Amino acid sequence: MIAQTVLGKRGSIFLALCIAAAILVPVLTLKVAPNSALYMPPYVVALLGKYLCYALLALALDLVWGYCGILSLGHGAFFALGGYAMGMYLMRQIGARGTYANPDLPDFMVFLNWHSLPFTWWGFSSFFYACLMVVLVPGALAALFGWFAFRSRVTGVYLSIITQALTYALLLAFFRNDMGFGGNNGLTDFKDILGFNIQSDATRAALFSTSAIALALGYIVAAAVVTSKFGKVIVAIRDAESRTRFLGYRVEYYKLLVFTLSAAMAGVAGALYVPQVGIINPGEFAPANSIEAVIWVAVGGRGTLVGAALGAILVNFGKTYFTGAFPEYWLFGLGGLFVIVTLFLPKGILGLIDRMTARRKPQPPAEMPIAPEEQIAIPEGGR
Amino acid sequence: MTKDALTNSLLYLNDVKVSFDGYKALRGLSLVLAKGEMRAIIGPNGAGKTTMMDCITGKTRPDEGDVYFGGSTDLTKLDEADIAELGIGRKFQKPTVFENHTVEDNILLALKAPRSAFATLFGKAAADQRVRIDAILKTIRLTDHRLRPAADLSHGQKQWLEIGMLLAQDPKLLLVDEPVAGMTDAETATTAELLREIARDHSVVVVEHDMHFVRELGVKVTVLHEGAVLAEGSLDAVSADPRVIEVYLGR
Ligand SMILES: Nc1ncnc2c1ncn2[C@@H]1O[C@H](COP(=O)(O)OP(=O)(O)OP(=O)(O)O)[C@@H](O)[C@H]1O
Ligand SMILES: [Mg+2]
Repeated sequence: MIAQTVLGKRGSIFLALCIAAAILVPVLTLKVAPNSALYMPPYVVALLGKYLCYALLALALDLVWGYCGILSLGHGAFFALGGYAMGMYLMRQIGARGTYANPDLPDFMVFLNWHSLPFTWWGFSSFFYACLMVVLVPGALAALFGWFAFRSRVTGVYLSIITQALTYALLLAFFRNDMGFGGNNGLTDFKDILGFNIQSDATRAALFSTSAIALALGYIVAAAVVTSKFGKVIVAIRDAESRTRFLGYRVEYYKLLVFTLSAAMAGVAGALYVPQVGIINPGEFAPANSIEAVIWVAVGGRGTLVGAALGAILVNFGKTYFTGAFPEYWLFGLGGLFVIVTLFLPKGILGLIDRMTARRKPQPPAEMPIAPEEQIAIPEGGR
Repeated sequence: MTKDALTNSLLYLNDVKVSFDGYKALRGLSLVLAKGEMRAIIGPNGAGKTTMMDCITGKTRPDEGDVYFGGSTDLTKLDEADIAELGIGRKFQKPTVFENHTVEDNILLALKAPRSAFATLFGKAAADQRVRIDAILKTIRLTDHRLRPAADLSHGQKQWLEIGMLLAQDPKLLLVDEPVAGMTDAETATTAELLREIARDHSVVVVEHDMHFVRELGVKVTVLHEGAVLAEGSLDAVSADPRVIEVYLGR
């Protein structure tokens, strides 16, 4: 069956959880009485929705890093671009309800004394067009970037550094007022999405469910990719790039395709994130954001998909707790976590779970566990 | 060498020169391999044997000289993937298999099939693939290990797996760099048998130090020394050549 070969047992559980969350959370927040112990306040819904967007970003990153060995330290840029595309749609929905009551221009443009909408904003009053841009803009940027980087065979640390430079350059560009994306304030004060009030409990619940479903779909796509022959080739590239080349595979096109797909997924994550947090500003391009995403994947388990999503949710849960309880220690905590994971849990939390379950079961026969120094390679349910 | 030698050859190297930062690794190497031939190449460390393979497979571009395949294709103009596509397969000196993939997936990846990213993402596996994988696993004596990660194989088994990957590419020419380095005597004998089996319907170039192994192959031998051909002929003939003796004993 497809479900067995592509998803595996772990993936099926993950999907079931996503779908259960998509159904249960709206019930808990909309149908349960506020004084009940089961009631879920809207701010929790928004918070969980945000975690799911991060999980989708982590999934996208795991696809390129965990499976193809491309350590992108700039995936936050694709996430932010998707977020901006959605933010631009939301800005256009405000219409004449802004402070300056200008029906054609967002407030910040009126403030800058602009008289007409720049071409970059054309079409964004259409939801469909915005959705298209959510995947096209990050995808096109990734394709362009990858075309130059992969064809000139930039790999390893050098590639990581230029991805970091990419997001930093965008950070600086988006800070500029004359770029026309709201400068350092970014885009905010959204009113509604598809005609629904963006602040209402029902809209929040719907956004949460959409995120859960997007995560599930993202997982299915990623799992299908890594279990296909294409997936085997990218793992081969990760482990022995030049060997793969001598077998006749055009390594640069493989990298380009997986990098572009991953960027588009990150864009979708950003687009779902923005309506739930209510703002997008250049801070989302900060290099530190992209590095944090790498930590989520490392913590959950690189090259496992499910682990990456899990890592994103757990680390962000920890972040919410820590920044509330001891705000000044969060960065130390995060750094410490990364050190611990790299030193003691090379395969992340999922690797730890695997090791514990393997110990309880009798030794499996022919299928030997991989030596600890080696990275996980076998796609979920790959055999 | 004549024009005739070029047209009748499978592989034709003429006066190939390569230098690395001034160090001349190949100084005018010429070699002709006929279609269907198996050739053993010997020579002391640093003689340029691996560099020669690098030139044939597009990893290193010669500074001077010609490298032709099949009498007409200029290999110096092509890159690794193009050359692999043409039908030249290579086994590296250091065995490099895909450690995290199973033995059978290693063969699958090497199997002659469309190589484009779209083909592997959306394409259906050809029906005869299983049969071909089974046959190759049998040839390389790894049928019982098909589901193990390649990382778990012994050194010798990895070498065989790599030879199997070469076979899977169904190349016209196989370049095999030191296949028996680090093997036990029994494994070496099996490898010689394996290569003779393969040479029945492929052209093969084998680089090896192990004289015993070369003797078992029983083919024409080319001796390289300091980036050029020193002697060529049967193993008995070249080992009687005083210049060859000096190179080997002089070490
Ligand atoms: N990429 C490179 N850069 C610099 N020098 C190189 C490079 N590749 C090979 N050489 C040098 O060229 C010479 C020939 O090397 P090559 O690997 O071809 O020898 P070989 O005959 O394969 O030897 P061995 O039996 O040790 O494998 C050596 O002196 C080596 O150090
Ligand atoms: Mg060598």
